[in-house]
Parts: sequence; C-alpha cells; structure tokens
Amino acid sequence: MKIEIANGRLIDPKHGVDRVATLFVAAGKVAAIGEAPAGWSSKRTIDATGLVVCPGLIDVAARLREPGFEYKATLESEMQAAVAGGVTSLACPPDTDPPLDEPGLVQMLKHRARSLNQAHVFPVGALTVGLKGEELTEMGELAEAGCVAFSQAEAPLADTGVLLRAMQYAATFGHRVWLRPQDPHLGRGGVAHDGEVATRLGLPAIPAAAETIALATIFALVRETGVRVHLCRLSTAEGVAMVRAAKAERLPVTCDVAVHHLHLCDVDIGWFDPQCRLVPPLRATRDRAALRAGIADGTIDLVCSDHTPVDDDAKQLPFGEAEPGATGLELLLPLTLKWAAADGVTLPAALARLTSQPAAMLGIDAGHLAVGHAADVCIFDPEAHWTVEPAVLRSQGKNTPFLGLEVPGRVRATLVAGQVVFES
Amino acid sequence: MRNPQLDAAGNLTHLLTLEGLPAEVIVRILDTAVPFVSIAERDVKKVPLLRGRSVFNLFFENSTRTRTTFEIAAKRLSADVINLNIGASSTSKGETLLDTIDNLVAMNADMFVVRHSQSGAPHLIAAHLNRTRRAHVHVVNAGDGRHAHPTQGLLDLFTIRHYKQDFRRLRVAIVGDVLHSRVARSLIHGLTTLGTPEVRAIGPKTLLPTAVRTLGVQVHHDMHAGLQGCDVVVMLRLQSERMRGALLPSAGEYFKHYGLTPEKLALAKPDAIVMHPGPMNRGVEIDSAVADGARSVILPQVTFGIAVRMAVLSLLAGSAG
Repeated sequence: MKIEIANGRLIDPKHGVDRVATLFVAAGKVAAIGEAPAGWSSKRTIDATGLVVCPGLIDVAARLREPGFEYKATLESEMQAAVAGGVTSLACPPDTDPPLDEPGLVQMLKHRARSLNQAHVFPVGALTVGLKGEELTEMGELAEAGCVAFSQAEAPLADTGVLLRAMQYAATFGHRVWLRPQDPHLGRGGVAHDGEVATRLGLPAIPAAAETIALATIFALVRETGVRVHLCRLSTAEGVAMVRAAKAERLPVTCDVAVHHLHLCDVDIGWFDPQCRLVPPLRATRDRAALRAGIADGTIDLVCSDHTPVDDDAKQLPFGEAEPGATGLELLLPLTLKWAAADGVTLPAALARLTSQPAAMLGIDAGHLAVGHAADVCIFDPEAHWTVEPAVLRSQGKNTPFLGLEVPGRVRATLVAGQVVFES
Repeated sequence: MRNPQLDAAGNLTHLLTLEGLPAEVIVRILDTAVPFVSIAERDVKKVPLLRGRSVFNLFFENSTRTRTTFEIAAKRLSADVINLNIGASSTSKGETLLDTIDNLVAMNADMFVVRHSQSGAPHLIAAHLNRTRRAHVHVVNAGDGRHAHPTQGLLDLFTIRHYKQDFRRLRVAIVGDVLHSRVARSLIHGLTTLGTPEVRAIGPKTLLPTAVRTLGVQVHHDMHAGLQGCDVVVMLRLQSERMRGALLPSAGEYFKHYGLTPEKLALAKPDAIVMHPGPMNRGVEIDSAVADGARSVILPQVTFGIAVRMAVLSLLAGSAG
C-alpha cells in the first residue's frame, strides 16, 4: 500500500536528517523523501504536521516471556506493547523456559513473532547450554536459526575458564557476546545497592565492585580473544569510567543502560517499593549522574528498556522476594525524551540512542530511513504528555516504578515494513 | 513520601520502624508503658482496654520469645489472641502473603503482629491495608529481616530511660553483629531521635553495614576504645550460623575481641548498665559474670518488654476509635 506521511519533522540520526519533509512509503520500503516519485498516488495520507517522524525504535532488551512464562506475558501482548511504544525491532534475551539454547526454539519464536506481523524479533541465543555456565551451545546452528548474539542473560557464569572458551569460540566465527557484568560471588543474595539505603533498610547488598570486577575480567578476556562484547545494563560510576577507558584503548566493546537507571536511584526504593526491585540494582545518585553523563558523551552507546513484564503475584511480595524487573517497551521513548530534555540533549541525539546506535551494535539494516530500505517508522508527538497508568499500558506487565508519573512523547503511529501496525 | 505508619494527622496507625517516628510519639509510647509495669505486679494482671479485639500473631519466622511476650501483652489487655506460625516463606505455600492477610482481615482481625524473615514484609502488609482503605487494621512489626524490631527498640529505650533518665547526656555502645541486626537498627534510630549525643557501633568490619556511619553512629573496631566512658552497653546476639565462615573465623576469636568480660566492662563508666536483647550466647558475646552481674539489666528488659508492647497495642487500638 502506498502511504504518504506528510509534513512531519523527519529525524533520521544516521543520515543527519532533521527537517520538515514528507515520507513516501510503498511496497514495504521507503519510496522517496521530500518529493513524491513520478506518477505517485497515495492510498493513504497520514498528516504528521507537528509530529516527529523517525526510524522505528530498536530495543535491545525486551523479554517477551515466551516460551515458558505465558502467565506473565505473551508474544501477542508484548508485541502490541512494542509497536505502541514505537519499537519496530527488538532483541530478546535467552532467559525463557526452556532457555533459547536450541535452534528449534529459536525458529519457533521467530515463526510465532513473524505470524503476528508486528515488530521484528531478533533472538539472543544462550551462550551456554541451559544457561548453566558449563557447556557451550551450538552457536553456529543458533546463528543460522536467527540468533544475533549470545548471552547468559542474568544467569551467572562463575567459571572464568568457561567464559574464556566461550569468547574464543564466539570470536572464531565472529559472533558477538553480550554480558551483564556482575561478579557472581559478590552478587549472590543481594537485592539492593550496597550503600546508605541498603544499610537503613537492612537489605542484602550488592557492592559496586561486583560490576567493576566483572568488567575487569571481561576486558582482560577481550584483549586475549578479540571477541566483540556488548555490555548490558551498566549501573555504576566506576563501571562507566572503566568502559570509557576500554573504548579509549579501542577494545571492541559497546554498552547499554536501562532507561530506568537514567531516572532512578536507590533512594527511590522508599519504604521497600517492590517496583524498584531491579537488576542490576538502582544505585546511588552519583552513579545515576555518571550514567547520564556516559550516555550523553557516547561512552554508553544506547538505551534499552530491559522490558520485563512481571505478574502482580510475583511482584507484590517483600522487596527481597519480589521478582525483579519493570515493564518498559512503552516507556522507552518517553523516558529517553525526558532525560534528553532535562540534560539539554537534542532530539536527534537522543533518538540516535534508540535507532542508529542499536542498529549498528546489532549489525542489522534498520534504525534509519533511506530510499529502498525497509519502512519501519515511528511517528510521535513530542509535546503530548501522558500519565503512566496500568490501564494505558498494553503490556501484560503493569509493573513499573513510574506509575503515576507524567511523561512526554505519545506515539501516534507505527509502521513496520510499510504497514501501519499501530495508531492512536 | 509520607511515613506509612502515620495517618494524615500524624497519629500512629501501624508500628513498622522507629525510623522517622517523631520523638513525641516515641515518648508517648514510653510514658504509656509506665503504668503497665505496675499492672504486672498486681494479683489481677488484666485491664479491659482491648476487650473484644482480635490480635493475630502472624509469625512467618519462628520465635518463641517475642511471640510469647506479645501474647502476654495482648492477653493482659483482654484481647483475643490467635497465634499463627506460618514458618516457611510466604511464597512456598502457594498462597501469597497478601492473600493470607486478606483472608485474616475477612475474619475480622483488628491487629497483626508480624514477624518475617524478609526486610520490609510488614511495610508491604501495611501499604496493602492502607491502599485498600483498611487502615483500621493495624500492623505491628515484630521483627523483619535485618531491618527493624521497633518494640525491641522501644523496650531498650524504656530500660535506658528507667535507669539513666535523660538521653541527652548519654554515651551508648552497641556491640557485635550490627550488619544482620534489626535490634541494632531500631535502637540506633530511637536513640538518635531522642537526642542521644553519642552512639557507638563496635564490631569487626565484616559485621558492620557498609554505610553504618550514615545511621548517625561512631564506629569502633577496638572494643577497649569503644567502651571507654560509656553509660550503656548493648550486646547483640551472634547467630550460631555466623560464628564460623567468611564473616568470622571462630566463636572463640570473636569472644576474645568482642565478648563482654568484667575487665572490658571496667572501661565503661562505673555505673554503666549492660543490656542484651536475648537469647544470650554465654561465652560468645557475653561472659556469665557480666550477664548475671550487678550491672546487668537483661531480665528487667524482658519485664519492661511486656509493658512496652501493651502500650503499643493499646495506643494503636485507641487510634482506631
């Protein structure tokens, strides 16, 4: 279908575009930008006056909860949440039940996702069988089935010997390894940042050293193996400094931050709010400041939602027993805009962290708008504010520390491969 | 965020922690407890303040002593007491913690006395009751994880006030496993709120929380220096599972450094009192000569504990009407 997205503020960070222009979409692809192609007749015109038209967002960490946790969320509910949040591509971690450690599981997930005809799904395969940290998975087979990288998700990999072998093997075939830096010993049993709040509330704590020790190990093994590593969910000021140094050393590393870590710190736990039970834990205000500085100066490459829908029964528990995680697909854009506005970051620079940057990290042809390339588009009103409430979230998970908060940025329409998959 | 244990007018609706509780509220509880001490000395040890009310002792973690003292306190106030030892964690039963609470509220419970191994469990229950407009059902924290044990803190304050009167000229030492101690946290908050100028935490680095100084205490690792000139010495219980391992090499070495002996007690003021929340490990944190000595007020603490719990229950019941 030929669609014309008329007179929006077209922002395409990858190509340095920021101007009012009309986008022409045909046969699933961008047909033209600015001037209509010869003989063009639109089947449909979307008036984007006053709205931002940008590449569909890419979220590198969204748990869809299938297979295994369908009572928390389903592919249907979460894919709707994705497109309602302007997300057109997402990577899902392997911590399903069973974990994504076999090609069959990956194929089924891809097939299920494709049949829903919404966002593109890029599974991340398990680095070790069953995420047990012992035996390597068949990375070649998994990559053929569609895995874009390999990770342990939140499962500990205590044996550094196995980590070294996994990196060597992945490097042999050019696979990227995603790791959430946390020393399994220092992290064990902890539920909050080791600081003032954990001391006051008597919560078992995770010191910042759990992250820095893991980073030091990972960097040493990257030097050894040359494997490309993506670091997931940085949380500490010291960690940001270490990544900055690693990048200055030209180690092949990238990293991300979960959008909630740009806004919250351990103080927000208040009186044991289980919505603030997150992994990694919310840390001190100085850590939050360093994360915000790190994403602004490019030390941190991209922002993700770390979307984790959790059912009420698993969340409404004493802090330490509550299942960690927050729903995030529909909050990724608003919370990133909120950060950008507060820190004086331009809209194109903020959107780069959600489009071109994650696309580059994933190595996929997405996150930009170019003639002849897929028309994955997000159209949003940057001035529209809305209040985060359970009823407005399409995700089955209503668990978020931001309930009641007014946020900027309302998605008006989302296109995946040239089709309108969401409108409001 | 409003302190979840106070209503909009600042009245106590739940007792969850001493942190953030105004000094007037703490003093009112201590004052209310005074006449209850003498009730226990009468032949008829009962007053009808809670007649017709149902107090549910909800113990998700085993405790004989605290449960018993709450039971005695409630019975002396003429309440009906129902003891529920749920023991295991709330999640392993198949019924969630809040489902359990809803069921008991449906049985017209007036008060929950809650003991739980997880820090914050009583807050979760209180927040649930507040949110569902059932704040007339009161929650008393009888110890949650490492977080708080406010009635123990109050009975410690009552004991200190009984023997030392004015908090504003005291030096108090708290010795031992502060890291895992809800007793220590509650006492520290109570002491600082009432204006105690010097509270010391004494212990090895493995048993002190990282940010312990932010609680408003001075830290000592050398017990000799730490006890110097103290008016009150509070010994904490060392759990047996922590006596050997990565926190401490042995109970013997712990006693050598941090056990309270007559020699070490001599460093404190001559009229210093010695307290312990019980149950004591003789020869681990405290020498029998001190525990049974003239300056030990460990048994009066137990007696005062019942009066303080009566005060808490009756004040909460009063705030309902």
